Amino acid sequence: MFRNQYDNDASTWSPQGRIFQVEYASEAVKQGSAVVGVRSKDHVVLVAAKRSPNELASYQKKIIRIDDHMGIAVAGLTSDARVLSNYLRTEAIRSKMVYGRSLPVGRAVSAIGDKAQTNTQEYGRRPYGVGLLVIGHDDTGPHLYEFNPSGIVSEYYAYSIGARSQSARTYLERNFANFEELTLKELITQGLRALRDTLQQGKQLDTLNTSIGFVGKDTKMTILDGEATQEYLDLLDEEESAAMETE
Amino acid sequence: MDPIELRLPHTLQRPQATSNHEPITHSTEPIVTGTSVVAFKYKDGIMMAADCLGSYGRMAMFRNERRLMAVGKTTLLGMSGDISDYQHMQHTLENIMTQEYDMDDGQRLGTKSIYKCISKIMYNRRSKMNPLWNSYVIAGVDSGEKVLGYVDLIGTTYESPTIATGYGSHMAQPILRKVVEGREDEITEEEAVKIIEDCMRVLYYRDARAFNKLTRAKVTAQGVEITEPYSLETNWDFAESIVGYGA
Repeated sequence: MFRNQYDNDASTWSPQGRIFQVEYASEAVKQGSAVVGVRSKDHVVLVAAKRSPNELASYQKKIIRIDDHMGIAVAGLTSDARVLSNYLRTEAIRSKMVYGRSLPVGRAVSAIGDKAQTNTQEYGRRPYGVGLLVIGHDDTGPHLYEFNPSGIVSEYYAYSIGARSQSARTYLERNFANFEELTLKELITQGLRALRDTLQQGKQLDTLNTSIGFVGKDTKMTILDGEATQEYLDLLDEEESAAMETE
Repeated sequence: MDPIELRLPHTLQRPQATSNHEPITHSTEPIVTGTSVVAFKYKDGIMMAADCLGSYGRMAMFRNERRLMAVGKTTLLGMSGDISDYQHMQHTLENIMTQEYDMDDGQRLGTKSIYKCISKIMYNRRSKMNPLWNSYVIAGVDSGEKVLGYVDLIGTTYESPTIATGYGSHMAQPILRKVVEGREDEITEEEAVKIIEDCMRVLYYRDARAFNKLTRAKVTAQGVEITEPYSLETNWDFAESIVGYGA
C-alpha cells in the first residue's frame, strides 16, 4: 500500500533526506496537461493545452485571470489551483485598495510559495497538488514565475510544466535567447510551437483545446479561448509551411 | 474685564470607562496640538511649512515640536492636530516602510501609495468612531508628477496645488490662491520660500496657537529636505496703533 514507512505524511523525513509526500505532490503536477510560459522584453505569454474528461464534457479551464496585471496557468489539481487563485485575487485587490498599486508579481508568488511551504512542515496538512506558471507585469517589467507544491518559486525566461513538458522545455532551451525582441504575436506563436511538442501522437492544437493568456506593458491580462485562438493557430501553421519551403 | 476662564484640557470632564458596566469611550478632543500646515506646488516640487509649537489647550507648552517628516526618500508628510496621534501614525508608517524595505525587491512605495494608505488608516479609524485627531498633508514627486494631497480625521481627502490646514485654511489659503494658483510651474524655490514665510508670518500674527519658530521643507524629484527650526522676524510696532478690543 505504501512505498515505504516514511511517506505517511509530509512532516516525516526519509533517512535518505527526502520528503516523499512532497515528491508525490510534484507527480500530481505531471498528471495535468502541459502549460508553457514565454517572456519578451515587453510581454509575457501563457499557452495551455486543455483536456476534456470525455466527449460529452467541456474542456477544463487552464488559465485564470488574477487581476489586470496578472494571471496563472494550472497543471495538476484544478480545485487546489482555485484555492490559490482566490487567495491571489484577494491579495491583489487588497494591494489596490490599501496602496492604490498593483501587487508586485514577485511578492504574490512568494506569498503562495510560503503557503505551500507551510503545508510541507505542519502535521496534519497535505501539500498542494498543483503547479502554476504565474505571469504578470509590474513596475519592474514583465515576469514569468513557476510555483510548485514544494514551496520553491523560481523566475524564468521561458518554462513549461505538466504532462510531457520536457519536450516543450527542450524547444524553449534552444530558442529562448531570441524571445527578448519578439512582438506579442510572435511570442504567442513561439509558445504554441513549444506547447505542440507536448501533445500525444495524433493530437493537434485546435480552437477547442488551446488556451492563450498574455499581459504586458500597456496590455491588460487577456485570456483567449475558442474561436479567438484561430488567428494564432493559423500563424503557427504559416510558420510551419514557411519552414518547410526553406528546407 | 472678566477673568479669563483658565481650564486646562485634563481638568475637563471627559467620558471614561471606569468599569465593565460602562461603554467603551473614545477620544472626543485633541490634547497636545499643532496648528496649521501650509503647502503648495512650485517649479521643482512642493514647499511645505509648519511651526514648532505643541499647544496644551491654549498654553504654549512645547516649543520644539517637529511636525514635518519624510516617509521613505521621496514623500513629505505634514501634520496638524493631536501630537500623540501623530506619533502613533509615525510608528505605523515606519513599520510599513520597514516591511517594504525588507521585501528587498527594488520596489518602493511612491507618494500616491503612501497618500492612499494614510487615507485608509484615517477613514478606518473614523469608521470605528475613534479617529486619529489630525489633518495630514502629503506631498511628493511620484513618477515625475507632483502630488499634493490632504486627509483629515473624518477621512475626507482632496488634492490641490495649494493646501493649508486648520487656521491656515482661513488665513493662508487666500494668499496662496492669489499668489500661487496658475503659476505652479513658474515659481522658483527662492520665491516659494518667500511666499511660505509670508504665510507663516501672517499666521503667527493672527493665529493665537501659532509660533514664529518653524520648520520648512521641500520635496523634489531628488528627495526630501527639511530645515532645522528657525525663527521668523516679526514687527509688532503696529500694535501701538490698535485702538479698542479692551486694550
